[in-house]
Amino acid sequence: MKKIRCALIGSGNIGTDLIYKIKRSEVLEPVWMVGIDPASEGLARARSMGLKTTAEGVDGLLPHVLADNIQIAFDATSAYVHAENSRKLNELGVLMIDLTPAAIGPLCVPPVNLLEHANKLEMNVNMISCAGQATIPIVYAVSRIQGVEYGEIIASLSSKSIGPGTRANLDEFTYTTSNAIEVVGRARKGKALAIINPAEPPMLMRNTIYCQTEGEPDQARITESILQMIGEVQKYVPGYRLVNGPIFDGKWVSVFMEVAGLGDYLPRYAGNLDIMTAAATRTAEMFAAEILAGKIQLKPLEIA
Amino acid sequence: MSQHHDLKGRKIIIHDMCLRDGMHAKREQMSIEQMVNVATALDDAGVPLIQVTHGAGLGGNSRQHGFAPHSNEEYLRAVVPKLKQAKVSVLLLPGLGTMKELQSAYDCGARSVHVATHCTEADTSPQHIAFARNLGMDTTGFLMMAHLNTPEGLAQQGKLMESYGAQTVYITDSAGYMLPADVKARVAALRAALKSETEIGFHGHHNMGMGISNSIAAIEEGASRIDASVAGLGAGAGNTPLEVFVAVCERMGIVTGCDLFKLMDMAEDVILPMMEHMVRVDRASLTLGYAGVYSTFLLHAKRASDRFGVPTRDILIELGRKKMIGGQEDMIVDTAMTMAKERGLLKEVTA
Repeated sequence: MKKIRCALIGSGNIGTDLIYKIKRSEVLEPVWMVGIDPASEGLARARSMGLKTTAEGVDGLLPHVLADNIQIAFDATSAYVHAENSRKLNELGVLMIDLTPAAIGPLCVPPVNLLEHANKLEMNVNMISCAGQATIPIVYAVSRIQGVEYGEIIASLSSKSIGPGTRANLDEFTYTTSNAIEVVGRARKGKALAIINPAEPPMLMRNTIYCQTEGEPDQARITESILQMIGEVQKYVPGYRLVNGPIFDGKWVSVFMEVAGLGDYLPRYAGNLDIMTAAATRTAEMFAAEILAGKIQLKPLEIA
Repeated sequence: MSQHHDLKGRKIIIHDMCLRDGMHAKREQMSIEQMVNVATALDDAGVPLIQVTHGAGLGGNSRQHGFAPHSNEEYLRAVVPKLKQAKVSVLLLPGLGTMKELQSAYDCGARSVHVATHCTEADTSPQHIAFARNLGMDTTGFLMMAHLNTPEGLAQQGKLMESYGAQTVYITDSAGYMLPADVKARVAALRAALKSETEIGFHGHHNMGMGISNSIAAIEEGASRIDASVAGLGAGAGNTPLEVFVAVCERMGIVTGCDLFKLMDMAEDVILPMMEHMVRVDRASLTLGYAGVYSTFLLHAKRASDRFGVPTRDILIELGRKKMIGGQEDMIVDTAMTMAKERGLLKEVTA
């Protein structure tokens, strides 16, 4: 079967894990990995897995885009360089899946709104953050039953799974995730908290979701909706698991989740890595299927 | 040779925590009036730095950490104009508070900040420390749960914070776990690693009754800033009791610039009547210190115990075993629920 050829930008934890996820796909093929450090472990691993690599940043990839027929790129660099990466690749007709907190394109959480994006030709979609992917499905599972005045999420991440880019830019993570709780999760107000825990052996990613409903929560229907949504996420992240809850206190609904990864690049504790790369892959697969079916055609984007 | 003589004439900057760490002991429920009363009494007693925010700092108003009756900005705007000499500081934990909130606190008159990370995660603080310095704030890097890192590890983390622009680096005994020898080793390692102009601070909790002795141990190794709170109003068994510390300093010839009798009166007349429970070493707060658990977990664990029927001490010991750190208050209810299920006190939710 024909596959859509992809480039991965950023050779850190996320970019490297993406190689494994995309290699498994029936409609995507990883062809290029882009880094900025010739000595990076990610680039070496990419080469050993058969990808072409450049350490010259996106500019090192541009001359090869058309010849190698690259149609989708995943950006796992940082919010600060993403806009420029996206502009350069969009000009060549490459669709961008943005895994940075830049969020210049529409926000995507697959089980919540992937289908909305399917019918439109988006040239840049944003995956929010690992915490967003792990928690917004639950916020939405509540808000689709009953209005949510306020949604708050807490993501506990193992220290070993958080790369230097995220560490140096925690505020961007906070802003992007808080906003997405409102825009995608449909809480009137959203707040995101992140905790980095260095315990050894590393702890599995944990996520707690608090929703304050408008009026007394309909406990039975909300519980059913949450359990159904967990099943949807498990289709692409099998280690997504309800640990405790939902519990109800007045208008508050609390849900305690855990995410175990597949252990592709980092061990299983790094569920945060998996839920991000799996969601990005699922999103790209949906676009790839549309391209292959001739429903959408990528065109170079003219940017004034 | 007594070391007491060595400290004669040493100048120490005292930083009061009643209106920040003390918020935890009040379930974050302090009124504007109480804030102003405490702050003006501290100011009058010559305390040079007063921390004023939600217990969890900027961005702290949340389901996770409790909703205070007022925003941090409302507290700061009420307190700052009332002070004659003291400067007001705030707490900022990256991952919870943001630079926007720091700017807002600065606009309300805050001029000093503790930028706090877990003791191994200093590299989550560069943007916040740099931002605070750009504002011209007195900027501290605050290494929490410091018993969970070695002296050498803390020295490395402190150097990172110094490289981002921190003018002071704190050893923060959030669990009240350390003994004086632990404090000495950590402060000495920091002193050896940091530039001579970088100050060192110590923030203690009194869970093992060590607040005063640990603070003195820190000063002996070169610390020049000490966090404390009048009558110990703070999380767990409270912070180093400020008026007691000042009395000890006077006897040792350490210069604090504070008025001891005014502080003693304030402890008795202002702080004690505010306490919802006696902030002291008791079964639960001693467990925090003994097991190395974040002091703020105390009241959360008591509530989870009441709700799910698992004893507070059992919950705290389990949180210590699971190496939960500051900010993971959600894991207290989660842990209590898991323990309650194991003990047959709670049923599983199933599809």
